[in-house]
Order: sequence, then C-alpha cells, then structure tokens
Amino acid sequence: MKTKKTKLAGLQKRKAISGYLFIAPFIIGFLAFMVKPLFQSLYMSFCDVKLGTGGFDLVWKSIDNYNYAFRVDADFVRLLTEELARMAIYSVAIMVFSFFVALVLNQKFKGRALVRSIFFLPVILASGVMLKLDSDNALMAALAQTVEVNAQGASSVTDALQEILRTTGVGVRAFEKLFEVIDNIYDVAISSGIQIIIFLSGLQTISVSMYEAADIEGCTKWESLWKITFPMVSSLFLVNWIYTVVDFCMRSDNEVIDKITTYMNVNLNYGLASAMAWTYFVLVMVIIGVSSFIISKGVYYYE
Amino acid sequence: MSKTASKPKTGKYTNFWERNRKSGGYLLRRTVMGYGVSICRAILLFGLCFLILQPLLNKISVSFMTEGDLYDPIVISIPLHFTTENYRLAAGLMDYAKSLFNSLMIALTISVLQVTMCTLVGYGFARFQFPLKNFWFACVMVMILIPPQVISTSLHLHFRFFDILGISQLLTGSTINLRGSILPYYLMSAGCMGLKNGLYIYMIRQFFRNIPKEMEEAAYVDGCGTLKTFVSIMLPDAKPILTSCFLFAFVWQWTDGFYSSMFLGNISLLSIKLKQLPDTFGGYMARITGASSSAGVSVPYTNCMLATGTLMVIVPLIILYLYAQKGFVESLSSTGIKM
Repeated sequence: MKTKKTKLAGLQKRKAISGYLFIAPFIIGFLAFMVKPLFQSLYMSFCDVKLGTGGFDLVWKSIDNYNYAFRVDADFVRLLTEELARMAIYSVAIMVFSFFVALVLNQKFKGRALVRSIFFLPVILASGVMLKLDSDNALMAALAQTVEVNAQGASSVTDALQEILRTTGVGVRAFEKLFEVIDNIYDVAISSGIQIIIFLSGLQTISVSMYEAADIEGCTKWESLWKITFPMVSSLFLVNWIYTVVDFCMRSDNEVIDKITTYMNVNLNYGLASAMAWTYFVLVMVIIGVSSFIISKGVYYYE
Repeated sequence: MSKTASKPKTGKYTNFWERNRKSGGYLLRRTVMGYGVSICRAILLFGLCFLILQPLLNKISVSFMTEGDLYDPIVISIPLHFTTENYRLAAGLMDYAKSLFNSLMIALTISVLQVTMCTLVGYGFARFQFPLKNFWFACVMVMILIPPQVISTSLHLHFRFFDILGISQLLTGSTINLRGSILPYYLMSAGCMGLKNGLYIYMIRQFFRNIPKEMEEAAYVDGCGTLKTFVSIMLPDAKPILTSCFLFAFVWQWTDGFYSSMFLGNISLLSIKLKQLPDTFGGYMARITGASSSAGVSVPYTNCMLATGTLMVIVPLIILYLYAQKGFVESLSSTGIKM
C-alpha cells in the first residue's frame, strides 16, 4: 500500500517536472523579455536616460517626464483622448459588424466558402505595415472623391437620409458619430476578420435541436436570436471585446504609438517615450478591465 | 389498405398551389419570404465583398497605368496605355529579389521557431498538472494584453547594450551591440515573446485540451515516455492547428513593421522597403530630373508606385492564401475557442 502511494506520487512528480520542462521556454522568455523590460521601462519613465558609449545611465528625476507629457507637449493629451475615443467607438462598431456578419455567414447559401474567404482576406492583407500605407494613401481618397462627385445624383440617397436625420435635431452628435463610422465601414470591415471567425466558431457549437424546440414552442426567429443565440455566444463577446481593444492598441496607424516611436527613435528620449507608453498602457488596461467586468456580468455559461 | 389510401393523398398535394391553399396561404408566404431573404442577403454580401476587394482591384488597375493615365480624367479603372514599367521600377527601388529572399528566409525560420516553441508550451499547459499552472497561464494572458510598445524602449536599450550577467563586460570590457542583427529576434521567438505568440499558445492549448485523455494513457501504458508520446501520438493529430498557426505566424511576420524596424533595421526586408518606398522613389525622381529635393514629385505618381510595391509584397501572400485557404479559415473555426 505504502509503496504504491509513493510510486503514484513519483509519477505525478515526474509529470509535473516534464510539464515544467515543456513550458520552460515560456517562463524564461517571459522573465527575460517581458517582466524585466516591463519594470525597467517603468523605472525609466521616472528617469532621464543618458546614452553613453559603454552603456546608459539613469538619473532619477521623479515625475518630470509625466509632467512634460501632460503639460508641456502640445499634442500628447489631444492624441491620447482622440485615440481612446476612436478606440471605444470603433471597437463597438467592430463587435456589432462581426457578430452580424457571422450570423449571416452561418446560414447556408451558395458560394458561402467564397464569401468566407473574402471576408477573411483582410486578416492577411491589412496587417502590419499595409494598414498604415493604406490609410494614408491619398490617391485612393482622391479617386473616391471624384467618383463621389461624378455620381452625386445617384448616391444621394444616403446624403438625403443624413440630411433628414440631421435636421430632426435629436441626438445630432450621436448621429454624427454614426455617420463617421458608416463612412469608414471599410476600416471596420478589414479589422473584423478574426472576430468573425471566433463568432462563427461559437455559432457552430449551438445545437440545431435548440432552435427546433423553440420553433415548435412558437418562438419567432427574432426571439430565438435574443433567447438562444445571444446567451450561447455571450462568452465570446468577452473574448472578442478584449481581442478587439488590444488589437486596436497595436495597430500601426495608431497616432499615440507613432508619437512614442518618434520620441524613441528620432529624439532618443527614452525616458519620455517610456512615460508616454506607460500612460497609454495603463489607460487601456483600465478600459479593458472595467469593460470586461461589465460584460462578464452579462455572460451566461451553458455548462 | 392504408397504403393505397395514403398514396393518392400525397399525389393530391404535389401541386404547389393546392398545398398552399390547404395551408391557408402559409406556404406561399414562407416561400416568398425565403426568396426575399436570399436576395437581400446576396445584395448585402456582394456589397461587402466588393467593399473589401475594391482597394485591391483598384491597386491592380493603377499599377498598370503610365504616369499620363493617372492625370487623365477619362481613365478611371482601365489603363489607356498599358505598361509594366511601374513593376520594373518598383522592383529596382525595393531591391526586390534580395528583399524577397531575405523576407522569405526570416519569415520561414521565425515562424517555424515560434510555432515549435508555442506548441511545446501549449502542450505543457494543456496536458500536465503542476504547481502554479494557473499562475503561469495568467502570465500568458497578461502577455497577450501587454502591447509590445510599452516594453519597446527598454528592449531597445536591452539589446543595444546586451550582456548576460555581465560576462561579456568582464571578458572584453564592453557590451555587445545586438541592434541591427537578427539574433535578438530569434532569442525572443525562442522565448515565445514574438509577435502575437500568446495567441498561438492559447489556440494550441485549446486544441490539445480537446484530445481524449485515453490516447495519452494508452501510450504511457505501452511504455512511451513523455516526449515520445508528444511526438508520435499528439503531434500528428495536431496538424491542422499547427498549420494554421504557422500560416498566421508567417503572414504576420511577413507584413510586420514594428518588430522588424526595431530589430532588423539593417536587413532589407520587404515590409521595411515598402514603408520606405515613397521616400526612395522621391529620391530617385529627384536624381533623374536633377531637382534639388523630392518635393516636386507628384502625389499620384508616388501613390501609383506605392500601389505597385504593395501588390508586389502581397502577391506571395495571396498565392499562399489561395493555396492554403482551408488552413486559415476552417481549422481555426473548428478549434472552438472558448473562454
């Protein structure tokens, strides 16, 4: 009896050791390239970094860098608020869009595979540097404008609708934001590839019998969307929300990141760059934390 | 008896209008609704697909235009003077053959390394019980959440004055400058700290968790060691998810600008060259026209060059995507990502 017990403990111990061996690369990498730089950059944000030939010196100057970022630098606060507001609006738009598209793509119709692969194309083509190059491609904008001018008579249905909604005078600012999102629907569409896939994978796990039962009980499609589909994929809303926000922070057309990189590479002001990066990071973390907490209240777990 | 009775009954209702009348108009309503939904869906999807494809088509048409066509208000999408000169020029400016080779080598090696490491780690998280497991997995989550920009300043200096526990300082009296070489990035990839590696770990772990425990136990009973079980039982099963992770790693590495410009500044990569293309082109035009600065180069022509360059960079990716499209879409959606 006793020997058996020790043997089991031995096996468990061996498995634990091999488990650690498997994740060892991650632990080493995490400590060396994530934890250490993270604390170092936090420390650097309170310092003046002086580059020398054989190394660099850190001179403590408390919150001067933060002071500079918030009170002296002309653009930083403006860019920060703009970028965060843009993030909030676009993340919501991306969530709505990707959920809607996933619902459509989950239905059966001819050419579904083709449409799916087209929707997934931006994940590949609009990543990394391509996004930035696309976003400031003036020719496209100019071309679009000429097309718009040429086709003014034809495309004015949306213009007329916008006019009507504007003149109602109710919630005009909200409408303006909505128009902005609709005008930039391309941006929304190209950044929601992964989210669509995640929603699709969730929708496919819902069993058909649930819908059938609801149908027999006299549920309309609209009701079963809210009573079955929504709760069943609600956990994916959380995953997608976090993914979207994080993805938005890392996009290459993010102006705050641009500014930080400029300070780092051009001005070689590592302290200030760290301070700005940390400010941005903490704000984003707070937003993710608060919003995930709110969303997780509404998540329904089936199992 | 019942058979003969039921046969004419089904025959009676084969006519659509007959059936419709029997159902009190419900059948007609449902059929019309069904067609209506399909038509609306087709229009909507066509529009959205066009929206996504249009910039690509636009780039293709622009890339075949001569400079004169760009200013011509009549020419919108079909070039009047068809030319491939843009491609030749862009290839020259981007040093295409060399950059393509470099990009290919680096993207291949990096993505293989990253996927190998992430597979090991993901497998470790999925199939073993060990103390502090949840803590380390929380670290993976944290890693996904931390934008690399936050630690970029520190990493910059870290690799500029690289030293392991002061050994090099002791031996040669100075630290090693690893910036501009590819080594730091390999080191980071080996430590699962590359581009979006947390996501790969998460996906692979999710996959391995769904494999039944019995397979592993059978292998152990038959005398397989831990490593052998992993290599000969688990890995062959994991092919789809590994393929899709590899494809993602490859593609994102190919287009990545952040890590590349941070570590690999001196190596000519397609993504970097593409980023610099407008400036290079400006310089080139200034040289051949003899102007003092690049300010005189027309915006449309620069953008035309940029479109051509972009196309040349993404053509390998499009070929890859067409070839391995299933690997991207299907295997990811079959993994069943859950929180």
